Amino acid sequence: MAGLTLASPSAEPQRRGYSPWRETWRRYRRHRPAVVSAVLLLLLIAAVVLGPFAWRVSISDMDVVAGLQGPSLAHPFGTDDLGQDILARMIYGGRISLAVGLAAMLVSVFVGTLIGALAGMSRGALGYALMWLTDLFLSLPQLPLLLMLIYLFRDGLKAVFGPEGGIFILIVLVIGGLRWMPVARLVRAQFLSLREKEFVEAARALGASPVRQVVRHILPNALGPVIIAGTIDVAAAIIAESTLSFLGLGFPPDTPTWGRILYDAKDFLDIGPHWALFPGGAIFIAVVAINFIGDGLRDALDARKVI
Amino acid sequence: MALLDIKGLKTHFTTDAGILQAVDGVDISINRGETLCVVGESGCGKTVTAMSILKLIAMPPGKIVAGEIMFEGRDLVPLTSHELDDIRAKEIGFIFQEPMTSLNPVLTIGEQIAESLRRHEAVTKKQALERTVDMLKLVQIPNAAGRVHHYPHQFSGGMRQRVMIAMALACRPKLVIADEPTTALDVTIQAQILDLLQDMKERFGMAVMLITHAMGVVAETAQRVVVMYAGKVVEEAPVDELFGNPRHPYTQGLIRSIPRIDLDAAHKTRLEAIGGSVPILINPTPGCRFAPRCKYAMSICTEREPRLREIAPGHRMACHLGDAS
Amino acid sequence: MSQYVLRRLMIAIPSLLGISLVLFIVLALAPGDPFGELATNPNVPPEVQAALRAKFGLDDPIYLRYLHWLAAMAQGDWGFSFVSRMNVDTLILQRLPTTLYVIGSAQLLALAIAIPVGVYAATRPYSIFDQIANTFAFIGFSLPTFFTGILFILIFSVKLDWLPFVYSTDIKATGIPWVLEMIRQAIMPVMVLGLFQAASMTRFVRSAMLDVIRLDYVTTARAKGLGQAKVIVKHVMRNAMIPVVTLIALQMPAVFGGAIVTEQIFRIPGIGSLLISSILANDTPVVMAVTFVFACLVVLFNLIADVLYGWLDPRISFR
Repeated sequence: MAGLTLASPSAEPQRRGYSPWRETWRRYRRHRPAVVSAVLLLLLIAAVVLGPFAWRVSISDMDVVAGLQGPSLAHPFGTDDLGQDILARMIYGGRISLAVGLAAMLVSVFVGTLIGALAGMSRGALGYALMWLTDLFLSLPQLPLLLMLIYLFRDGLKAVFGPEGGIFILIVLVIGGLRWMPVARLVRAQFLSLREKEFVEAARALGASPVRQVVRHILPNALGPVIIAGTIDVAAAIIAESTLSFLGLGFPPDTPTWGRILYDAKDFLDIGPHWALFPGGAIFIAVVAINFIGDGLRDALDARKVI
Repeated sequence: MALLDIKGLKTHFTTDAGILQAVDGVDISINRGETLCVVGESGCGKTVTAMSILKLIAMPPGKIVAGEIMFEGRDLVPLTSHELDDIRAKEIGFIFQEPMTSLNPVLTIGEQIAESLRRHEAVTKKQALERTVDMLKLVQIPNAAGRVHHYPHQFSGGMRQRVMIAMALACRPKLVIADEPTTALDVTIQAQILDLLQDMKERFGMAVMLITHAMGVVAETAQRVVVMYAGKVVEEAPVDELFGNPRHPYTQGLIRSIPRIDLDAAHKTRLEAIGGSVPILINPTPGCRFAPRCKYAMSICTEREPRLREIAPGHRMACHLGDAS
Repeated sequence: MSQYVLRRLMIAIPSLLGISLVLFIVLALAPGDPFGELATNPNVPPEVQAALRAKFGLDDPIYLRYLHWLAAMAQGDWGFSFVSRMNVDTLILQRLPTTLYVIGSAQLLALAIAIPVGVYAATRPYSIFDQIANTFAFIGFSLPTFFTGILFILIFSVKLDWLPFVYSTDIKATGIPWVLEMIRQAIMPVMVLGLFQAASMTRFVRSAMLDVIRLDYVTTARAKGLGQAKVIVKHVMRNAMIPVVTLIALQMPAVFGGAIVTEQIFRIPGIGSLLISSILANDTPVVMAVTFVFACLVVLFNLIADVLYGWLDPRISFR
């Protein structure tokens, strides 16, 4: 039977001045909540970084007489049971909350990229073993394990790095160390699909070393999904840190992270609801903003949605 | 009166880049019991035309903006999807291109055929099953009584297309629309499926609208042929007339690009391809849409759109070339 | 099918072993030797200390210690809680039903919200309903459970005084009033946990539905004149549930995390609050055992998800 196919390669419409980053930005801008969130997050970061210069109230000045007051001019966010200024404490604690989120994200992206790259490159038993490990970690109950690790190791680290530094390092390592799996899977998947692509084959044929192939050709292509996963990780790490502090197992009482303030406030809900609402609201705004940014980045970086 | 009479059908899609005029003023009519082939390149609007008949296109983004689709004297365009449900499968059956993806993977094929019967005819579950087995026997599926309880992944591509045919014919529709039913299949299976379709047509006497891009399939099965290009009908003729006396440059190109194995070496000519590709149908340029690829293009071709007109009994085409001669 | 279930069970065993190994390594690496802590605890009588040293085989090589520990865990010999003055397994078995009751009800609530909302939103993508549902889902899973819990207490207990915010085990009533009170006090924790779950589930359901709805076989079903409702339920939903089951199973560790927080806020006497109180009281055997139980529950739910998956997808169970 005679058949014919008439499809011929269609000419790609040429766009002038095309730059991938501008294209990404153009698509990101279309996601309105993501743009609003980015502004909101920048404001929040500016507030905790620059706040101490504008709001020069001590975080630890006590005034028991003026305890548990609602918002006023002297104390815009009110005071806690010891009369400490909640705004000042939130500015200080916010730095730590956001820093923990960022640092834990870096840990998880680093570990995830490393393991994903190793698993993606090796064609043998190592790849399978690493993927088994990834699946195993995915089915670990995160919070109980997090709590147990902190329970077991906090005294040791406290002795070496001091109460605040020790807890910071521990929390960052543990949160990051329990959240690398999605990144590892993404990186491995990128490796498997990119390894056979023409431009990597071409690089291999030209004699590029494996390390060079990875660094120059594969990793930049895996960047998009990893950035998205990393963004979501920041939000997850902020929640994890707040959860630990809220359970009374995170930072010590004199380090008022947002979760810690909430923990102190939770027994005074009937007489001082403002004490819980402000830090809770701050956590919520930070997390929802980061999640929306992640959503916007997904729209912007997902190359499959082009055209 | 024709069984199906499509007049001036326009189906457009809203996209980010603008309005895509996938089908732009198509006239097609099918008589009872005849086989009509609709040919054209991928993206010429033949599938969208067929899907528009039963409103199977996604709406939105798709929309029938003009025209009428008369089926047995009744216009289908103003009907809602709900009202069309009584016509779907019962009056007009549909066979799709991809047998691998057109069957629901989690339901047995028996369930999928029987649900059509149960929807349109007053039959019990048991009767529906019996008739399903009968249909499977008709489309020559071995061990039909046992296979009826199997899932699609347990069938080969050719067998699945037989199941699709059984499904489309289960309610004895008056018209069957087959959208490239053999494209996804092995060449050896293709002929079997076409034969089966022909066989079924003789048995049930329904009309068939066969959409294809393979001229070979057209020559073997059609009584009449409609050639589509870029959302418009460019030529329409009985099959012998079309192959013997193609008048539109695009049709001529299509026929010349069929490999001829019946000629001896001395008469063999180079296989010709039509240069260029199907235009993008967003804000198309005025004039004839084939003009940019047409070797006979004149100045009028880019200015005025040629109308479809009758040049011989039953032979219509849309080209300015005919005007000049 | 039964063969498939059996094969899944066999696959679950290595992951349980893997989890136990991770737990053991963590314990073995921890400073201050948590196994030895009991044996060196001055409150523990010397004869118990000697028995413990022998039982844990503290001086054995590490792999032997792991095997001993594993054997003891497998036999339900989880040690003795000096804080509660009872065997750890008894203590956990006392607390477990409460946790399962809260988690189970929350999952049911989440499904009851997520499936209809997700399905309806997917049939009308980008409609007003879809956008509102999407926004709520986004806010829902960005709201940490501890904050929702506090907000609920503020609204429903402090301001409106409708619901109790402390969960009580010894309700002074019998019969129907007892049942009603049990339900009443569970409303807030179940809502907190269920709404959090529903938020992410709604997104899963919606996107799975959208993936399926544009597939060829859905057009086939529509071409049969089945009607919108039947096409959606019988053809789209049935297929969309397959990936949703997997995604829900992947969420289980997060659900247990939420359960711990919820139990702590509402003072529900489940194993989550037991974990927190034993950490604060340095009750190592309980900490270990509760963590292990949570790990087992995750594996169990994955197993259930696998079986459901095989039941939903004939292509899997026939292989």
